[in-house]
Amino acid sequence: MKKFAIVLLLAIAATSLSVAQDIKIGGIGPVTGEAATFGVSTKNGMTLAVEEWNAKGGVFGGRKVKLIFEDDKGDPAESATVYTKLIQQDGVVAIVGTVMSKCTLAGAPICQAAGIPMITPASTNEKVTQVGDYIYRACFIDPFQGTVGATFAFKNLNVKSAAAIFDLGNDYTKGLAENFKLTFEKLGGKVVAYEGYPTGVTDFKAQLTKIVAAKPEVLYIPDYYNDVGLIAKQARELGFKGPMVGGDGWDSPDLVKIGGKAVENGYFTNHYSPDDTRPAVQDFVKKYTAKFGQKPDALAAQAYDAMYIMLDAIKRAGSTKGTVIRDALAKTNIDVVSGNIKFDANRNPIKAAVIIEIKDGKQVYKATVKP
Amino acid sequence: MGSIFNAQQIVNGLQVGSIYALIALGYTMVYGIVRLINFAHGDFYMIGAYAAYGAFYLFNASLGGKTGIVAFLVLAASMAASGAVALLANKLAYKPLRYKPKLSSLITAIGVSMFLEYFFSALPVIGPSYRSFPEIIPRTDITVGGAIISNYVVIDIAVAAILMVSLTLLVRKSSLGKAMRAVSQDKDAARLMGINVEKIISFTFLIGGAFAGAAGLLAGMTYPRIFPYMGIQPGLKAFIAAVLGGIGNIPGAVLGAYIMGLAETFASAYNSLIGEGISFAILILVLLIRPTGLLGEKTADKI
Amino acid sequence: MTRFKTPKLLITAAVVYGVIQALYSLGIINGYILHIINQSLIYVILAASLNLINGITGQFSLGHMGFAGIGAYVSGTLTTLIFKLNPSIPGSYLLFIVAILAGGLVAALVGFLIGFPSLRLKGDYLAIVTLGFGEIIRTVFNNIEYVGGPRGLLGIPKFSNFTVIFIVTFLSVAVIRNIIQSPHGRAMLSIRENELASELVGINTTRYKVLSFATGAFFAGIAGGLFAHLLQLAHPTQFGFSKSVEILIMIYAGGVGSLTGSIVAAFALTFLSEGLRLGIRALADATGLPIGGEWRMVIYALLLIFIMLFRNEGLMGTKESKVILIEEAD
Repeated sequence: MKKFAIVLLLAIAATSLSVAQDIKIGGIGPVTGEAATFGVSTKNGMTLAVEEWNAKGGVFGGRKVKLIFEDDKGDPAESATVYTKLIQQDGVVAIVGTVMSKCTLAGAPICQAAGIPMITPASTNEKVTQVGDYIYRACFIDPFQGTVGATFAFKNLNVKSAAAIFDLGNDYTKGLAENFKLTFEKLGGKVVAYEGYPTGVTDFKAQLTKIVAAKPEVLYIPDYYNDVGLIAKQARELGFKGPMVGGDGWDSPDLVKIGGKAVENGYFTNHYSPDDTRPAVQDFVKKYTAKFGQKPDALAAQAYDAMYIMLDAIKRAGSTKGTVIRDALAKTNIDVVSGNIKFDANRNPIKAAVIIEIKDGKQVYKATVKP
Repeated sequence: MGSIFNAQQIVNGLQVGSIYALIALGYTMVYGIVRLINFAHGDFYMIGAYAAYGAFYLFNASLGGKTGIVAFLVLAASMAASGAVALLANKLAYKPLRYKPKLSSLITAIGVSMFLEYFFSALPVIGPSYRSFPEIIPRTDITVGGAIISNYVVIDIAVAAILMVSLTLLVRKSSLGKAMRAVSQDKDAARLMGINVEKIISFTFLIGGAFAGAAGLLAGMTYPRIFPYMGIQPGLKAFIAAVLGGIGNIPGAVLGAYIMGLAETFASAYNSLIGEGISFAILILVLLIRPTGLLGEKTADKI
Repeated sequence: MTRFKTPKLLITAAVVYGVIQALYSLGIINGYILHIINQSLIYVILAASLNLINGITGQFSLGHMGFAGIGAYVSGTLTTLIFKLNPSIPGSYLLFIVAILAGGLVAALVGFLIGFPSLRLKGDYLAIVTLGFGEIIRTVFNNIEYVGGPRGLLGIPKFSNFTVIFIVTFLSVAVIRNIIQSPHGRAMLSIRENELASELVGINTTRYKVLSFATGAFFAGIAGGLFAHLLQLAHPTQFGFSKSVEILIMIYAGGVGSLTGSIVAAFALTFLSEGLRLGIRALADATGLPIGGEWRMVIYALLLIFIMLFRNEGLMGTKESKVILIEEAD
């Protein structure tokens, strides 16, 4: 253990000497473990954003960004360690991360106590930003997407009965399903089936058979693309013909690869539409695809945006002091991939959702819903 | 109740059970011979799925259209790949610990399992992303008595049955099987009888791994989405199925797997909350009543 | 016998505590290292308590983190939802201790209830049943909305600091050590060595197996409570099978039946997994290879296999439990 401590101290000394001029930003995501694919997208999105800022000459006063990215394995205990490491060991001035709400909730109190501003790209649990005034997020909160999905189904798809299927062990999908049900019933619709499944299963037919028998007009599937592809396929095999609606977890080029024809007549709420002609969107999609050899998914876009929001705040702050960056974050007004971002009093972004339709295997813009 | 206990749900349950059965067969066989809970077995299954994925794109390009030949080659590739990895794991990680305390092999098995998952996830050519699995055999659905049955369900059940019967015959009727049973009962006595114990164990790992590979291919076809951590959950479930049936017992593994598949399906359809814990609850109940599983043989303590 | 060594142990612990505290206040070890030490200490309790079940009594449990989960949820519910404690108010630590103990007691009770029927199972069958119970406990948390369901129990006050964790860990290890060295401990050890023979010489094996199981569960519950008040949340996924396996790895890597081994392994493996972060980065910088954090666990797994292959009796072997046997023989 002694040797280890010496190596550790040497490593600290070495890193602090070589990069004194750079602004150190911590990045966190699960790049190993069962959520690794989401962590890798997150890491890619952040890396691209940092490269762009550095190519433009840095954040302020010619100071470039050094991204220190750590893996949290999607485990709250590892998250707490990594947040502590980035703050105490690496001396980062701000943190962008992490993905899963349970992990972000383990890290947020650490940032708050240390006075280090943080923004989570993808944690949708309302409680995250309630931890304190240093904690921001770049994504929607659970109630918003569920509400938008239900309103869209009821008003635009003009259906009166719905079913929802969700992951019992995942707060994101459960939160969306709960809020979908609430809004859909409030609007006067009927939720005829509401079924959960345990995390990690691949066979959803027991639940889907029950759902199909209840004859809903629309099926709400608020999970990530990997499960949605399988659920949609199995629902179609069991004879469900109606439209399907989901959330931003659908946004991945792999949705259509896994789901094939089954995800046609599918709609989901998202942050941006790849059809959007704004240069921010077109540039991002083009650069991301060129650099990483695949189209970005929602997590990549959110991580990219979150990094932009943080760096923009540091630039406007003109300082690396936590309190100053925090105050600059509050005054954010920036155009990023997911549109114009401002924060409300709870440090959640005020941004519109777009509805995307899957048509002939492509994502097509359908509508915009303002909060 | 109509949507809970009906023909469709029985088909659903058999489908789930078939995949469990395919993995459980290899699990139970390896356990039967070396008394090792091979935690990496679920990962051999994952390797089979990836090997099938690679083989399909390799062979389909040159043999496009000849579905039968391609399917056969893909099956061979998945079985060979998983079998080879199982052999290698046995030689490098399990064999050196054969006569050491049993639990050190168990921890090593966990290490092998972690290594395979993280290694495949870190390897750039594979990576952690989900991949869509190709439709190697065209899928068709038929409706029988109100239940929609796909040819995949039929294939999965048929393969599970064929493998179970051939494995049972191998173990009960062939001289190799006789040697396997001897090694299972007493390694030292088997060696004295001129049996090459290590050879038999290697062979067991090869067969067990190959079975896991075949299961990986069939699971990939049935649930067309693969990723490096795909073996964890089915591996655990298959292990439970094997114990439920009486670990080491070949028909027991298949029986346990179908009981679990059906129970999970009915319970999930009845109430999703119950579906999550049902297999564990059944397992515990069965073991409390029959401590050696449904078909397991009672063993007395050696004095 | 070693029974009189307790004051010596107390002095050693006090010195270790003082040194770490001093190094921290001097800024030689930072908050990150202290956090890893805190985590390691909690893992020490988990590993030592599992060692009592697996290593000393020879009963194979795969669901140990389920008990930690009970401790975490019970104590977290008490401090967060019922007492609504605030660590900055003096005196609230008293109720925190009550909550932690309650967590341990409920875990012990569940351990007793589970242990009683299932401990007549042997070896791998017992393992799978404990695994099943662990998963059922996790599923139960996942579905109780009062404690947050899949969102987890959030906003738990931060009571666990280095001092609290150190004291609790010391007490836990001391108690477990004294149990092992008491006649009860020898009875447990005899069950591991030969259950049938123990039964024949008049040891009530069922009683001792249940006793060891419930005691192990109690300390796991305590550790879970500490963890929840360190991370400020309790989440069902923290207490599943893969986490139990991590603890299992610690006791086997440290040496079955060796308490020192459990302590060493809990520290070594926690520091190893963190040290690899720096190691991988240094390697990538030195070689220019595009390797990142995704390789950390690959190396961890390989090291684990190597430890088992080349020191298959674990880092510390069966140190203490063997010594006792020899003394017995004398």
